[in-house]
Formats: sequence, structure tokens, C-alpha cells
Amino acid sequence: MSLEAAGFWGLALVLLASSLAVVLSKNLFHSVLYLALALVATAGVFLLLHAEFLAAVQILLYAGGVITIVVFAIVVTERLVGERLNQTNRGVAAGGLVSLAVLIAIGLFVMRAPLPHAAPPVAGDLTEAIGRNLLTRYVLPFELLAVVFLAALLGALFFARKEE
Amino acid sequence: MGLQPYLLLAACLFAIGLFGVLTRRNAIGILLGIELMLNAVNVNLVAFARYAADPAGLIFALFTISITVAEVALGLAIVILIFRVRRTVEADRLDLLKG
Repeated sequence: MSLEAAGFWGLALVLLASSLAVVLSKNLFHSVLYLALALVATAGVFLLLHAEFLAAVQILLYAGGVITIVVFAIVVTERLVGERLNQTNRGVAAGGLVSLAVLIAIGLFVMRAPLPHAAPPVAGDLTEAIGRNLLTRYVLPFELLAVVFLAALLGALFFARKEE
Repeated sequence: MGLQPYLLLAACLFAIGLFGVLTRRNAIGILLGIELMLNAVNVNLVAFARYAADPAGLIFALFTISITVAEVALGLAIVILIFRVRRTVEADRLDLLKG
């Protein structure tokens, strides 16, 4: 077994276990911590795929930013002590059935598709390629992203402001 | 190592996230499930970018990550607003549209 395969299966195990913990844990706060673990493991998968820049973005934005906001929202909406933090699942059988059906459908599709069995060699610096493409070919979506952020910022401020 | 294991891993992640979205009662729990689903999409995009040797997939993943962050910030702002009005974030009790 190659080093890449060993790393992949190890990361896959951590990723799947922590994802299951996110959706099954009774304590909402534990769910968020497991989500942080899952996101860091995903950054590891990105490293395996030679996407170092995306791994860094993943850790900075997701594991840093998103986790912080979610924890903040939990602190605001729940009392941290007592029973309120407990959460239960409803319709587990139906939800599990639908999820399993989706998994099987995607799985069958992936199994049948003619997919490459070996990755091509890494061509040059991928981070440089991202930067160049972002500011040339994809410059319009890049600028639109700034508009989206501005709209999200204003929207969040509008929703979260104190009532006059 | 082929592309297939990565796609299957992403499919599993997506299914787990979907399960969370469908079964969680707490609105924040539902948002966490959506996070997992979007994360699975990123794994797919990066894997395809690597095996097709095309940086476009990486840039799409970058956009997905950025937009997800904006979406989470807005989603949680709405959750906090709902909590202020209804004093609960349980999705089952948010039945304002029920006649």
C-alpha cells in the first residue's frame, strides 16, 4: 500500500467518523467540535490532492471562521448549562432511507463511470495557477464574489441589529 | 490511487450531511448538515481538478468555500433573529406559515 493510499484511508476514516458524530451527537456543542475535526480532515484530503492553497483556505475560513460563528450562535441561542443543549433527531428511519438511496444512486453512477486510475503528474505551482486564473480568466466571478460578500455583510447586520 | 475512492468518500459525506439536514430538530444542527454537504462538493471539485490537471476545479472550490462562509453568516443571523422573536430555534416549532 502506497503512502498516499494509507493517508487517504486514514483521513477517510476520521472524516466519516467525525461526520457521523456531527449528525448523531446529542450535544450541539460536541457536534460543532466534530464538524471542526471533519473540516480539518478535509483539509488533509486537499493536501493529498496537492491543493495546498485550498487546504490553507479551508482551515482559515472553515475551521477558523465558520466554527467561531456557529459557536457564537449557539452561545446566543442556548443556555450553555442545563438541558437546553441536548438535541434529538426526528424521523431517523425516513431520513436514513432517503440518504441511503442518494448514496446508492451516486455510488452506482461513480462505479460505472470510466474514471482515471492514476493522477497525472503535478504541473508546476498550483497556487500560482490559481492566482493567475483568478485575476485573468475568472476575474468577473471574483469581483462578483466581493459584491456577494458586501450583500451578506449588510444582510447579517440588518438581521442582527437591535430593534429601535 | 484512482479518482473513484475520492468520489465515493464525497458521496458518503454528502449522504451523511443530507441525513443531518433531514433529521435534526435544531436549526443550527440543520446548518451543520448543510456545511457537511457543501464540504463533500469541495472534495469532489478538488479531486476532479487534480485528476484532470485543470486549476478551474480549484477555483470553483475556492468560490464554494467563500460563498459558504457568507451563507453561514447569514443563516446564523436569521437563526439569532428567529430566536429573538420566538425564543426557540427548534425547526418543528417554527410554524408561522401554518394557518
